[in-house]
Amino acid sequence: MAQPLSRPPKTAAPVAWWRNPTVRGILAQALVLGVVALVIFYFVDNTLTNLEERRIRTGFSFLEQEAGFAIGESVISFSPSDSYARAFTVGVLNTLKVSLIGIVLATLLGVLIGIARLSSNWLVAKLASTYVEITRNVPLLLQLFFWYAVITIMLPSVRQALEPLPGVVLSKSGLQFPVLIYDPSQIPLLIVLGLSLVAAVVYRQREKRIQLATGREPRLLLPILAIMLVPVTLTYFVLGAPLEFDVPEFQRFNYRGGGSVTPEFLALLLGLSIYTAGFIAEIVRSGILGVPWGQTEASAALGFRRTLQLRLVILPQALRIIVPPTTSQYLNLTKNSSLAVAIGYPDLVSVANTSLNQTGQAIECIAIMMAVYLSISLLISAYMNWYNKRIALVER
Amino acid sequence: MPSIVKNPTPPRPAPLASVGVLGWLRTNLFNGWWNSLLTVLFLALLAWVVPPMLDWLVFSAVFRADGPADCRAADGACWAFLEVKYRLIIFGRYPFDEQWRPLVGMLALIAMALASCDRRNWNIRLLFIWAAGLSVFFILMGGGVFGLTPVRTTLWGGLPLTLMLAFIGIAAAFPISILLALGRRSNLPLIRALCIGYIELIRGVPLITLLFMASFMLPLFMPTGVSIDAVLRAQVAIIIFAAAYLAEVIRGGLQALPKGQYEAADALGLGYWKTQQLIILPQALKIAIPPIVNTFIGLFKDTSLVAIVSLTDLVLATRQALGDPEWRQFFIEAYMFIMFIYWIFCYFMSKYSQYLERVLSTTRRA
Repeated sequence: MAQPLSRPPKTAAPVAWWRNPTVRGILAQALVLGVVALVIFYFVDNTLTNLEERRIRTGFSFLEQEAGFAIGESVISFSPSDSYARAFTVGVLNTLKVSLIGIVLATLLGVLIGIARLSSNWLVAKLASTYVEITRNVPLLLQLFFWYAVITIMLPSVRQALEPLPGVVLSKSGLQFPVLIYDPSQIPLLIVLGLSLVAAVVYRQREKRIQLATGREPRLLLPILAIMLVPVTLTYFVLGAPLEFDVPEFQRFNYRGGGSVTPEFLALLLGLSIYTAGFIAEIVRSGILGVPWGQTEASAALGFRRTLQLRLVILPQALRIIVPPTTSQYLNLTKNSSLAVAIGYPDLVSVANTSLNQTGQAIECIAIMMAVYLSISLLISAYMNWYNKRIALVER
Repeated sequence: MPSIVKNPTPPRPAPLASVGVLGWLRTNLFNGWWNSLLTVLFLALLAWVVPPMLDWLVFSAVFRADGPADCRAADGACWAFLEVKYRLIIFGRYPFDEQWRPLVGMLALIAMALASCDRRNWNIRLLFIWAAGLSVFFILMGGGVFGLTPVRTTLWGGLPLTLMLAFIGIAAAFPISILLALGRRSNLPLIRALCIGYIELIRGVPLITLLFMASFMLPLFMPTGVSIDAVLRAQVAIIIFAAAYLAEVIRGGLQALPKGQYEAADALGLGYWKTQQLIILPQALKIAIPPIVNTFIGLFKDTSLVAIVSLTDLVLATRQALGDPEWRQFFIEAYMFIMFIYWIFCYFMSKYSQYLERVLSTTRRA
């Protein structure tokens, strides 16, 4: 048996204390903390001196003052005599409004174009990839300016407004559309609708249970359509057709009545959805391509039709790849809605900017902006993480 | 009984409908009723849209005009607008007689970018290339030396400004982002918390709020009497922004490395910084290069936001050109022109990043 040439010493040689990793870690952290604290102290000290010199009061008390400026459009009522706090609320709601609608539109358009890029139809695939290459490679700000200019310059004036659908009016001054007029006699209709919804859910679960127990393929489409439509239609006629729409009508100078969105909102919504859809399309495409080809072959070997292969095997797996990057696109869209300030849509940044210029409370206004965006970002990512965990692969 | 065929009959040629133009049409445009329907539908759409568009873009367009009246008389695009205004759009309000300087400076930046695309330069030489490119740019733009008249930054504008914001943004953010990425994976809780806090804070807010912060709050942060240049302020905001995004990209590269690399470095007795410098970062950065290029594309597009805080970049210069009431109505031509400029840059960068992904992945497999 070979003897080891030299034995390692029983006890490690004493290490100098400054070579001890724990000590070094503490020292390094203390150093970094000290530097950061010094820098912050320097900035805060300068800021306080500067503010004192310019006689600017700090603090959020300005929020209760009268805002004194009008806001073009808002979800809740707003007049110049309302407070800054209410103005900020209007801004946040406007940001949320355009972001939510934008997310829905961008998802629909993005999924459609992503699938079109994979189409076996050469023409469709080429057109879709042209769309993606153009929208992704041009700055959003420029696209917003472009759409805004197209809407406010190219569209006809109110007098010769376009009417793409009956009651829907498109012109330089925005889009007007019919809205439902609320009437107490609609309540039974709503109740019936709610009950049908519950019935449809119960029916679907029953069918799923039967499928699990016996393997019988569930019949969903027609029965659920029937459950949803028949009782509601019957009630509708029994009640004597209580639905009435407020349709925009041309009166003297302008269209009145109905719902309306401003050209600013329209341009922002259009720009955001079209831009983000390009990114979502790429995510969808790479997600579907990311599912191994063997999965397609295996499901074909099991005898699934092409549509069933997609629905039962490919898409559920593709979704796992698609969801995380799509989340960050949703966040991007919400953050990008801040470009509204460039075309005059009164979103949070725009309101904060006006308030900042009026009051000079730069730090407070910017802090509010940042805090709101951070909370929205954290909320969306928290929700998406929860959703992502739910659909993630459960490995045994 | 097996039989051997001595003279096999030659295979029949493929049916006419599956080869050549006809076959291509069948497999790519008309396989099945659904695709045929789509093809017909989209062909009809194209036939409806393309001819008037081409007519507007080329056939009825005015390429040379004595004044805006000539353009108003025509039905097509007014490219003559660009002929009149292109210097304002490309160079902003830079003194007219000195505009060769931003032109050469811009070319220096582009040459620098092209040189860094070559993988043979991915070493210490890259540092020299960037130092050379940026110094040529700043000497030419700022002047004050070699007999060049000084030009204040308030007059810098157009495409050179856009390129400068993007290139300096990425170059300055790069070292910061490496430190942030390493800090985010550090064992030291305080440093990790600081890095996570910075990255998440910056990534959670839109760039425009950072630009507002830079233009309204940065002056407050400075000692009384010290004022910072507006271009520098926007540049600082862009660097802060880019550093957070790059840090996440580099973290992705770090996470892709197997644990064995760290263990091997430990076994060799390397300390933390030696490990990072010799083993980890060279590999992690290589993995991260394609997404770094993508981040750069995003940053290049995002520099357009400085127009909102009144910096005369390509976008604001174009809007100033459109401010001339004589030419205001030709906004589509103007926007199409700069969209095309942005598009060229971004398109080639994204193609380059796709090329890199392909090349780098094969070398890794070898």
